Amino acid sequence: MTDQGIGASVKRKEDIRFITGKGQYVDDINRQGQTYAVFVRSPHAHAAITSIDTSAALASPGVVGIFTGEDLAADKIGGLICGWMIHSKDGTPMKAGPHPALAQGKVRYVGDHVAVVVAETLAQAKDAAEKVDVAYDVLPAAVDPASTQASGQPQVHDEAPGNTVYQWHLGDKAAVDAAFANAAHVTKIDLVNNRLVPNAMEPRAAIGDYDAGFDTFTLWTTSQNPHVARLVLSAFIGIAPEHKLRVIAPDVGGGFGSKIFIYAEETVCVWASKKVGRPVKWTAERSEAFYADAHGRDHVTTAELALDASGKIVGLRARTIANLGAYLSTFASSVPTYLYAPLLSGQYNIPAIYCEVDGVYTNTTPVDAYRGAGRPEATFVIERLMEVAARETGRDPAEFRRQNFITQFPHQTPVIMAYDTGDYAACLDKALTLADYKSFGERKAMSAAKGKLRGIGFSAYIEACGIAPSRAVGSLGAGVGLWESAEIRVNPVGTIEVLTGSHSHGQGHETTFAQVIASKLGVPIDQVSIVHGDTDKVQMGMGTYGSRSGAVGASAIVKATEKIIAKGKRVAAACMEVEEDQVDFDAGEFSARGTNKKMTFGEVALQAYVAHKFDPEKIEPGLKEGSFYDPKNFTFPSGVHIAEVEIDMATGVTKVDRWTAVDDFGVLINPMIVEGQVHGGIAQGVGQALLEGARYDETGQLVTASFMDYCMPRAADVPSFNIEMTSTPCPSNPLGVKGCGEAGAIAAPAAMMNAITNALGHEDIAMPATPQAVWRALQKIPAKAAE
Amino acid sequence: MYAFDYHRPQSLADAASKLKTVSGRLLAGGQTLIPAMKLRLAQADNVVDLGAIEDLKGVTQTGSSLRIGAMTTHATVAESPVVKQAIPGLAALAAQIGDPHVRNRGTIGGSVANNDPAVDYPAAVLALGATVNTNQRAIAADDFFTGLFSTALADDEIITHFDCPVPESFAYMKFANPASRFALVGVAVARTTSGVRVAVTGAGASGVYRLKDAEAALGANFSAAALDGVKIDASNLLSDIHAEADYRAHLVGVMLRRAVG
Repeated sequence: MTDQGIGASVKRKEDIRFITGKGQYVDDINRQGQTYAVFVRSPHAHAAITSIDTSAALASPGVVGIFTGEDLAADKIGGLICGWMIHSKDGTPMKAGPHPALAQGKVRYVGDHVAVVVAETLAQAKDAAEKVDVAYDVLPAAVDPASTQASGQPQVHDEAPGNTVYQWHLGDKAAVDAAFANAAHVTKIDLVNNRLVPNAMEPRAAIGDYDAGFDTFTLWTTSQNPHVARLVLSAFIGIAPEHKLRVIAPDVGGGFGSKIFIYAEETVCVWASKKVGRPVKWTAERSEAFYADAHGRDHVTTAELALDASGKIVGLRARTIANLGAYLSTFASSVPTYLYAPLLSGQYNIPAIYCEVDGVYTNTTPVDAYRGAGRPEATFVIERLMEVAARETGRDPAEFRRQNFITQFPHQTPVIMAYDTGDYAACLDKALTLADYKSFGERKAMSAAKGKLRGIGFSAYIEACGIAPSRAVGSLGAGVGLWESAEIRVNPVGTIEVLTGSHSHGQGHETTFAQVIASKLGVPIDQVSIVHGDTDKVQMGMGTYGSRSGAVGASAIVKATEKIIAKGKRVAAACMEVEEDQVDFDAGEFSARGTNKKMTFGEVALQAYVAHKFDPEKIEPGLKEGSFYDPKNFTFPSGVHIAEVEIDMATGVTKVDRWTAVDDFGVLINPMIVEGQVHGGIAQGVGQALLEGARYDETGQLVTASFMDYCMPRAADVPSFNIEMTSTPCPSNPLGVKGCGEAGAIAAPAAMMNAITNALGHEDIAMPATPQAVWRALQKIPAKAAE
Repeated sequence: MYAFDYHRPQSLADAASKLKTVSGRLLAGGQTLIPAMKLRLAQADNVVDLGAIEDLKGVTQTGSSLRIGAMTTHATVAESPVVKQAIPGLAALAAQIGDPHVRNRGTIGGSVANNDPAVDYPAAVLALGATVNTNQRAIAADDFFTGLFSTALADDEIITHFDCPVPESFAYMKFANPASRFALVGVAVARTTSGVRVAVTGAGASGVYRLKDAEAALGANFSAAALDGVKIDASNLLSDIHAEADYRAHLVGVMLRRAVG
């Protein structure tokens, strides 16, 4: 099985379906009698709704129903929730305003949901939506996170005075202050982590379908975690009890975090299906995705690093304002707190760290987890600090990092995390060789001869993946446990269905999870089906995000295989008439030690189901086992990325010329898929650094609301990547895997900006480093340095 | 998209008479009109598709002039041996418009008639000193472009073809908007026996325009060095989130030098 099992670069089983157009996405699904929903959205960032007149719209052809926030309230449908309680440093719980699925009295961002029009056809729904007459009393908007807390700013929610949701902190302030007081050198930087629009290839979509006969609801939705969606829609929003609500997330075309959350649209569609007695379908248009999918990042940070005279780090402090947008999205509160500050130690021995984070409301689209979720922001802080500190103290950036690397494991940082294993120097050494670091000067000279500036930048990142130990996150405020479930159903002929609570929306689980089965049970991957994304099939699950599906989801599968093997041994022992402890299992075969008796996996499965050869008092028929796996620790993937850029001084265009990545993801299940994840992650990180950036004008209008103005990375924007791996297997899970889905997006922005600032010779440039931004930064190079 | 009636006349005469009987929009590839209609930003009761009129398509050379039919796609111009031979810079311009989908649907006539300030062709038409021929008259390029999305065309006038005098040399250098890949700045330089013509697209607050100072300097000495004294005026240039006027002015200078070579 080594050609198919763990470690084999097997081609993705699911790709035949996808590349031949046979995927089944929500928008591909059509229900008998289906109607179409169009949302009437706020054109204003902040306004009181003085009236909604639906009379003309109701008279429009084909209209089946029009609903507003009043209708939801009348049916006692609750608001959307934020599932992670954060307490401020004074001990008070975060201050959150209500988040109705359809506005009640006020709109708080452009795109906020005011009403829904349900009609026979999409065109009719659009026509009618234009006739919904909403009268607004437009209010001034709080748009800029850096100033939203100032007195006199418009208040987004009465519940959060000063637009402050929480003032959180982590770490030992006194110890940090003492470290800074005695430091030989302090590096201080101001950073903006630009707001990003996720832009998954498939826009969000939902179909709600109420069955009056069974009094049950079915919701097809573009979700990364359908069970969590069912839990929230049922227990908090109040659509229906869980046993009366089925949530199906079929093929989903990318998520990057934006499809974790439970949004207004799916809530309204499933609720409205009972109101109109017909299935209700909504598919986002791209512009709706820009306005209404939760955005990512959006931090304003001041950070300082204190060194002793030898260059050892003695302390780090950071103060961050995190823009949470106009409402708290499902996990918004956790991203700039517990997914951020605990990563500020990076790969380094830092004795004292203190981080303060103010989560703030603005009249902008809600902000929540986006690929990396807090960890790219933390990496950007620590890795920009490291690079600038090395420059300021005249140290080589690679050797300065090496000097401060953590080398003893386990390592307890001052900010919660206990790193289990790693070999940071091994990654760095390999990366330096691969990048041909020693010849950088020659390449820089060759660029200079062409009138171009060349720069090199490092990013030695760490992330906390395998999210997450349930008790640990519970103690930090999470409203859910973050285990994963698996069920293995062995069929009588030995083929297998694996039901998993993980959800694949591009990750390739149908292949990688089958590879785990191939390794553990010796069954070829084409005899294994992975079943996911349906709450009626999979009992419970927490879904896919935070690079958790390998470390947590696949670990649950391994636990279930162990139970299958144990049961198989009992069946095999009975069949072979030997003692159970005499039976070995290896490579798909049960054998009786000391005899020549053996049974294949399929033979044992058949015997388990025919049940002719064992005592039902001792062995139950059948071969099906389940497992809930709760991780013991986070996993800590790490790596070193080195970016090399060349800047055209005439235009300000930055070309990413070389990219070296050496990552330690522990054990790799499918190296090809891992490389693909790294490629995509780097492209997204390069996108953030060079191209992407959501911009609002002072009135709260999103001015980058289409691909005409919001620049996504394209293939031509990145070079051919130079990628290698090192491996220190993760000790806390049975596979030794760490997770790889976010690494590139975490590492890349810092590497890029370190390279660009290296080329420029100064730090005065922010992301995205567009040609214009770089051109302006070029004007700021001191005349002498530019010669 | 709002409902509309679709017409597909088989001849120029049919198209012209249709325009006289219904109020509507001409469809000449649809790479601007269709997206705008889908977004409900544009509305037309009637759409008159010129796509079936074979007389409006194709490239031929007559003596020292290139005749390009209005309904010739960008892909056809890009790949035309005639264009590549006569004005290779024009084929190169067409080859980098949009993406393959756009190039296979979009047409030179549609692009020029729309006169979006960020598209490429108007710079070529103006720099080449081409003649814009319609079913009613011939219009000199200098008289054709009258402002943002505005031309000398009457509502019922249909561009039939362009006559482009073959220059000694022609080059177009484009600095693409990173997001849309439209021209943030595009500079076309045509060197002819009667002088040098320089046209700028993407940058002007009133759309495509000629750079007379640069023309004079290059007319005297066709070299990048001759441009050293030429100052690019930023006062009438566009400013947006991608490029403010001073950066656009700077890019005009850079692209101009690169076009001169």
